[in-house]
Amino acid sequence: MAKEWIGDLIAQLHTQKIDRREFARRAAALGLSAGLIGQALRASGASAQDASPMASPGASPMASPGASPAAGGTIGRTDVPHITDTGQGVIRFYSSWPMIATSEQIGGDSREAVRLALEDFGNAAGGFALEYEALDDAIASTGNWDAGKEAENANLAVNDPDAMVYIGTYNSGAAAISIPILNAVPMAMISPANTAAGLTQAVEGVTEEGEPEKYYPTGKRNYMRPTVADNLQGGAQANWAIENGYESAYVLHDNELYGKGVATAFQLYYEQLGGEVLGFEGYQRDAPDYQALATSIADRAPALVAIGAIVNNNPGKLVQDLRSVMSADDVQILAPDGCFNAAFIESTGDSGEGIYLTFGGVPPAYLESEVGKDWLARISERIGHEPDAYATYAYEAAVIAIQAIDQVQVKDRTAILDAMFATQGFNGLSGTYSFTETGDPDRPSIFLGQITEGRVERVAFITPPAS
Amino acid sequence: MDFNSQLFVQYLIIGIASGALISLIALGYTLVYGIVELINFAHGEVFMMGAFAALTLVAATGVTGDSSAGAIIGVIALALLGAMVFSALLNFGIDRIAYRRLRNAPRLAPLIAAIGFSFILQNIGIYWHGSNPITPPSIIPAEYRAYNILNEWFDLETRIRLRPLDLAVLAVTIPLLVGLTWFVYRTRTGKAMRATAQDREAAALMGIDVNRTIATAFLLGGALAGAAGMIALYYNNAARFQMGFRYGLFAFTAAVLGGIGNLAGSVIGGLCIGIVWAMSDGFMKEYVPAWGAQWTPAVIFGVLVLVMIFRPSGLLGEQTVDKV
Repeated sequence: MAKEWIGDLIAQLHTQKIDRREFARRAAALGLSAGLIGQALRASGASAQDASPMASPGASPMASPGASPAAGGTIGRTDVPHITDTGQGVIRFYSSWPMIATSEQIGGDSREAVRLALEDFGNAAGGFALEYEALDDAIASTGNWDAGKEAENANLAVNDPDAMVYIGTYNSGAAAISIPILNAVPMAMISPANTAAGLTQAVEGVTEEGEPEKYYPTGKRNYMRPTVADNLQGGAQANWAIENGYESAYVLHDNELYGKGVATAFQLYYEQLGGEVLGFEGYQRDAPDYQALATSIADRAPALVAIGAIVNNNPGKLVQDLRSVMSADDVQILAPDGCFNAAFIESTGDSGEGIYLTFGGVPPAYLESEVGKDWLARISERIGHEPDAYATYAYEAAVIAIQAIDQVQVKDRTAILDAMFATQGFNGLSGTYSFTETGDPDRPSIFLGQITEGRVERVAFITPPAS
Repeated sequence: MDFNSQLFVQYLIIGIASGALISLIALGYTLVYGIVELINFAHGEVFMMGAFAALTLVAATGVTGDSSAGAIIGVIALALLGAMVFSALLNFGIDRIAYRRLRNAPRLAPLIAAIGFSFILQNIGIYWHGSNPITPPSIIPAEYRAYNILNEWFDLETRIRLRPLDLAVLAVTIPLLVGLTWFVYRTRTGKAMRATAQDREAAALMGIDVNRTIATAFLLGGALAGAAGMIALYYNNAARFQMGFRYGLFAFTAAVLGGIGNLAGSVIGGLCIGIVWAMSDGFMKEYVPAWGAQWTPAVIFGVLVLVMIFRPSGLLGEQTVDKV
């Protein structure tokens, strides 16, 4: 059709119905419109491809009841038979986390991990076909999660009668927005990455007043996570620091629920264990440089700088400026799981060498079980690189939800939620664990690694102080 | 607690260098505001695009810190010039496409257009260099990165650091400021700009091509933003599509603080903000234990509010004759 239009335009120019200037103007408008239409068509085609393939009844059911569908070993609960029939209708999972800007790879890997989990179970569970929609809770203007977008995503899930499980969020601050929205229904929410302690429990000196009750207006718990909370991560960091002779520390955070939470937990336990905190302050996440801040910290000569931040909040630049005034001989830098990703290592340039990083779980490269190693090989092949650390838990979260549906075999939000909460002895990629009544996993072990030649190498598994 | 003069001087150096950068951007706001009374909210993004242009140019040359001194100086000059030309043309283009058509529209229309352009440029930035922070190719030889001029050149036993980069910022900024002042006060075009700023219709009656004069202001403002972009790229050793937002906000504040429309005011405003920023990030906590960097934006905008209350036209805002 565009060819006909351009032919018509040329004819008009030849017959001098329009002058050259008008011809150029119309041709440009035509080109622009054709381009836009093409883009729109491509985009709609892509989104059609993006939608999770719905398992059609009878399409290669992967497993017989009673056996685990994941190749290379058993995953999850062995006492729950998997049902591959899809005759009872559709159940939809939603996920919500940032998938643009710095989080493009982090969020993309977790999305693929959920898709892989669904495919491993033949996109079916409990007699229902499973569908999955990955929502983004970040906005382009900031490249970071946004409270309004997260609320919109949670409301979208709540208003979809087929939606039974909400997998997310990545950011604890975003979870604080969506938990109450989903709680009113109630709909199960399982996060592969939130670690702020206050989302599930009250810890004196670490969590804020009214936490966690303020997130659960109905009083019923609807939120769980397979990752370890920050009071344990901060405690383990503090314990390790004291045991290794770092007797003074300067604590920085990004002013977010997560960053400030993990920094507060570190400070609390570090002081309890006899460490001296030389300063505790929030940094401006969008400041162009931190030279003055770094200079003021160097002046106090701490043995350790502990940072509580997510990668989106500029910790890479902060580290560069810290290193410009303090060498690795002067001070060690310790950062939590929000920085445990390739994007952080890249953003530090060559200043990142030697930084210690903690993670409330087991990073993919250090998965030891057969099922874990097999999963790592398959997801790495699928996405073309080693997955982000939280992709492991996105996969586990999806499996927990799938097996709950297999167990209850009804399309009922409350029943599925209760079954997920009752998960015990879950044989995950990273080990076996159960959920406590707060929705936390019952394992306190924290991974400690160090950036060495651009990769995180294992130092040890560390634990919080006993008391 | 004793006054720690060494630390004070250190923060002053950091503040002046950052402030000089902010001044360069602030001049773009003030030039445009002075002449068309438009707050060009896309100016921060023009600065970001300048940094991106410099980044592309440096990467294309393949010069590194190990290259010869001549090659390094050459590529710095090329990137600086390239960024200035690119940003100047970009700013000119935005005026030509959008603002010029809205010259006689209600004030809100060009303002919204400026905000729109700011988003468009951010998205072009994402398309161009991605959304992650980018570390520019390292063209500064390794031995100069932690070089302290006070120790190495003057043999001073001091902990105060004065890096070649701090000096470089001033070495680029000061000639540009002097050059701009000369242009505005000593050339015919500069005179035309001042005349247009004072009374556009009267200037047109006197035979001044108003649109061309306004376009010159956009070209000049863009060129300064481009230069600032190149400097910021290496001064901060980072670039990102959002870098224009915070710098733009600080620069706009600097322009208002100094008296928007006033060239010298922008420079003073920029330096004030740079110094307040450094002092709040570092020096304040020497005396106020609970102080932290998180209060810095509050302090900067607090200073702005105070100036606006007591001197609504800004620090130098009364010199309306100099308005450009």
